[in-house]
Amino acid sequence: MVKRTQGEKIFAVFNTLILLAIGLACVIPIWHCICCSISDPLELSAHRGLVFHPLGAPTLKGYEQCFRNKDLIRGYGNTIIYLITGTAFGLTLTVLAGYGLSRKLMWSRPIALFITFTMMFNGGIIPTYMVVRNLGMLDTRLAIILPTAVSVFNIMVTRTSFAAIPEGMLEAARIDGAGHFRILWSVVLPVSKSILAVVTLFYAIQIWNSWFHTAIYVTDRSLYPLQIILREIVLQNSASSETGDPNEVNVIQVLIKYCVIMMSIIPMMVLYPFIQKYFVSGVMIGSIKG
Amino acid sequence: MAIPKADRMSLGVRARRDFRQNWAVYLMLLPVVAWFFIFCYMPMGGIIMAFENYKFGKGLLGSQWVGFKNFTDFFGSYYFTRLLGNTLALSVYDLCVSFPASIIFALLLNEVHNRVFKRTIQTVSYLPYFISMVVVCGLVKTFTESGGAISLISQALGGPPELISNAGAFRSIVVGSNLWQNLGYGSIIYISALGSIDTELYEAARIDGAGRWKQTLHITLPGIVSTIMIMLIMRMGQLMTVNYQKIILLYSPAVYTTGDVISTFVYRKGLLENNYSYAAAVDLFNSVINTLILVSANTLSRKYTETSLF
Repeated sequence: MVKRTQGEKIFAVFNTLILLAIGLACVIPIWHCICCSISDPLELSAHRGLVFHPLGAPTLKGYEQCFRNKDLIRGYGNTIIYLITGTAFGLTLTVLAGYGLSRKLMWSRPIALFITFTMMFNGGIIPTYMVVRNLGMLDTRLAIILPTAVSVFNIMVTRTSFAAIPEGMLEAARIDGAGHFRILWSVVLPVSKSILAVVTLFYAIQIWNSWFHTAIYVTDRSLYPLQIILREIVLQNSASSETGDPNEVNVIQVLIKYCVIMMSIIPMMVLYPFIQKYFVSGVMIGSIKG
Repeated sequence: MAIPKADRMSLGVRARRDFRQNWAVYLMLLPVVAWFFIFCYMPMGGIIMAFENYKFGKGLLGSQWVGFKNFTDFFGSYYFTRLLGNTLALSVYDLCVSFPASIIFALLLNEVHNRVFKRTIQTVSYLPYFISMVVVCGLVKTFTESGGAISLISQALGGPPELISNAGAFRSIVVGSNLWQNLGYGSIIYISALGSIDTELYEAARIDGAGRWKQTLHITLPGIVSTIMIMLIMRMGQLMTVNYQKIILLYSPAVYTTGDVISTFVYRKGLLENNYSYAAAVDLFNSVINTLILVSANTLSRKYTETSLF
């Protein structure tokens, strides 16, 4: 161990304190939500400021109300539909494109440019809205899945990763008479499990969290994903409640707001410890200029 | 020097041979090319509506051509300076806060010797990035409306009792919540760059008697300067694309004087008021400026630091 000077010791203490404060700042809002979501509704609506422990006797009243809210449950179901179909679609296109661009073809560079140019310049929201409208997709599930299905970043990450596979492996398969589809399926994909995990993760998170395109393209409530319902309840304060008394509605609404927030974060929190390392490795691959 | 045979063949012959060998690869690329054509290039074609008085029934080709009228209308309007000013102010403010913050955070983490502590802080700091925009904005609103935790602090310090509807506080709210969401995520790339610096350099510096501060100044920072430049160019390219999704979720007419930016104006004019051509023109102005800034930032960086994005 290298001997540390007085100054370095003081720095180390301050450094630890600063980092600790940053760490706490990241978790406190989430902890606040957890505690609020199981608090007593009356005490919660009277409380001001942060909450560090459940107020009153812990209760699941709010969650009960949430499960009785049909919009919310349908929104959850819709989000799962969009998550599965959207991720599958995006992943398929991305893997095909990643493989295609990692091969040395005559037209590789123009096609890669065709794709990356869209990162620098795009038509903007109004012309994109027109295209979706002219395709007759407004108020359909396709409008929620298709227009944001593919990301340039994910394609480039996949291509970089596929291009790093030793050429010899692919050559061996080719000599055995395998075509490109066969090579992709039985040589490339089996050795690329971690990049597939990364790309799946990126698409899944993007779809789970997206709301803006749905808000633009869809007005049919039965197609709404979770985030749009969340927006209504959390930001526009319009939770529908069974009880008629307006005072009681107001009281329970504060509680419901936190329960709905938790219902949106819980799946992520459960998976977070497992996905975290894939996520970091994805950002690193993406950061290598390729 | 002998010219390789392939180079002597005509383009047609080469294309035919390339296609015969690789038709399957082109087939794989077809869906993605089609997707980009439909959802990225067709909208680019649709930009011509910015020069028209676009009507749905008449379509892109049938609508009346008005030239630059939508643009001159915008430049002459009362909104122009306010929107441009707000967009730049918010963007520069955000850049000045969050860009150095991620670098400093990475540097501070780099000085930590306890592995477990370092990993824990890192893991926790990425967490906010995964939380959806709607939830983040919901939290921001709860904390900054009257009686919310941050509003209470502001009140105790003699500030306004409600921040979210306060035009003077709106930019700080947006920038602060961006910082909360992206601090950890933004630092990943610097942490990885820091990890790749040769440890022998530190050994040598220590033997020469350099303290930690000197080491940071002469080894660590030069080691990540190219990463910083690349990230800075990328950020410059987004100078006009402020986080409009967040603003749409958070703003209200009370804060339009500071919070209304070009993108939110485009959204309101185009999609809520159906003033398509005008909105498309404003949006096009925004993207052109954006692309110009990106290209000049890239050119300047290539000239002075020999680092560039493209």
